[in-house]
Amino acid sequence: MQSFIDAYSQVNLHYLLEGLWVTVEVSVTSIVFSFLIGTLLGIARYVNVRFFSAFVGFIIDLIRNLPLLLILFFTYFALPRIGIRLGVIPASIVAMSIFESAMLAEIVRSGINAVPTGQMEAARSNGMSYVQAMLHIILPQAFKAMIPPIVSQFISLVKDTSLATIILLPELTYHAQIIYGQDVNYTIPMFVALAVLYFVVNYALSLGARLINRRLNHA
Amino acid sequence: MLNILTNNFGTLMSGLGYTLLSSLIALVFSLIVGTVFALMEISPAKWVRVIGKTYVEVIRNIPLLVITMGFYVIVPKYLLPVDGFTAGTIGLTIYTSAFIAETVRAGIESVAVGQMEGARSVGLSYAQAMRQIVFPQAIKIVIPPLGNQFINLVKNSSILAFVAGFDLMYQGKIIANATFNTFDTYLVVGLLYLVLTMPMSYLMRHLEKKWVTA
Repeated sequence: MQSFIDAYSQVNLHYLLEGLWVTVEVSVTSIVFSFLIGTLLGIARYVNVRFFSAFVGFIIDLIRNLPLLLILFFTYFALPRIGIRLGVIPASIVAMSIFESAMLAEIVRSGINAVPTGQMEAARSNGMSYVQAMLHIILPQAFKAMIPPIVSQFISLVKDTSLATIILLPELTYHAQIIYGQDVNYTIPMFVALAVLYFVVNYALSLGARLINRRLNHA
Repeated sequence: MLNILTNNFGTLMSGLGYTLLSSLIALVFSLIVGTVFALMEISPAKWVRVIGKTYVEVIRNIPLLVITMGFYVIVPKYLLPVDGFTAGTIGLTIYTSAFIAETVRAGIESVAVGQMEGARSVGLSYAQAMRQIVFPQAIKIVIPPLGNQFINLVKNSSILAFVAGFDLMYQGKIIANATFNTFDTYLVVGLLYLVLTMPMSYLMRHLEKKWVTA
């Protein structure tokens, strides 16, 4: 019990929260990038331009079938060999964004697929161009259906940032490791703290998603 | 790139073997554990439901790395010695079981309620009805998402690299450190992962399409 009290000193807690902040920063930045790239990729795959869409689809499949850890290693350790040197934080964000863009592209595509085709036809027959119809009619409806899967993707992103510990990204898990590296007795308290902090953040997110979902379904 | 593959072929193949082995063991055990928790989640007894739901929610919201490292660091110190491969596989099992529990629960719940009611009114017990009527129908719905879970398992088994689990990622790391040729090494490792995951994912997509339309 004493080890818990010692481990949760103000300095250590502050250090953990600093790590959590980096986790949140990297996750939010990555999800924003992946949302933009993923939407473009999703649309590219949806529009069904010959060769192009199939090619985009193949790239998305490739990325989705690779371990994120490998992509992380690649951006941090392999890219410098061809002259692209990224710092720890940019490398983490790039790796997460590459991986999550592919995940979000699939979510976007199935979101667009879920909008009835009559919507597009009606918009087109009212004189809108394809692009206008996509931007003003299809995407707004698709995004609504995409919110729950995007939030659960964001939750896995928050969890996955812990992998960047391996390239020494100063996020939550890494900070916890530093603390229990100083004193073996802090090991259990640190893992408990990690579990609690990740759980609180992610559970709050999933509750939020459920709430939004209920709102949207009632409206 | 080719000489990375040929010079280290044995190492890479053993890594691939450990990756596959760990994923398969974790799949079997997480299927068992996951199904138990799925049944708990839909149990008629409230406290059993609470335990099931709590397990699933807690595990799903904690990173795989924290579970695995926790196991790897804490268990040998206080309980019994475990090597990296075992700790990693147990971590994978615990993590995956929560996702499988959700998949199985959704599968069971998608079987019409009338099936259970019908079976019960014919005189079957709850356990009998579950085993003989509901389960066989749920399995078909559950197989494609379980296949996807297996693909995730193969990808997630790269976590073994953190705990010296001799898997593909771990061997890749060692080869990269020895040859300094990080670019080619990780490219080769990536291709080897794709050899495992890509056919699986196309097969699952095919099954999903086939069974959804059937």
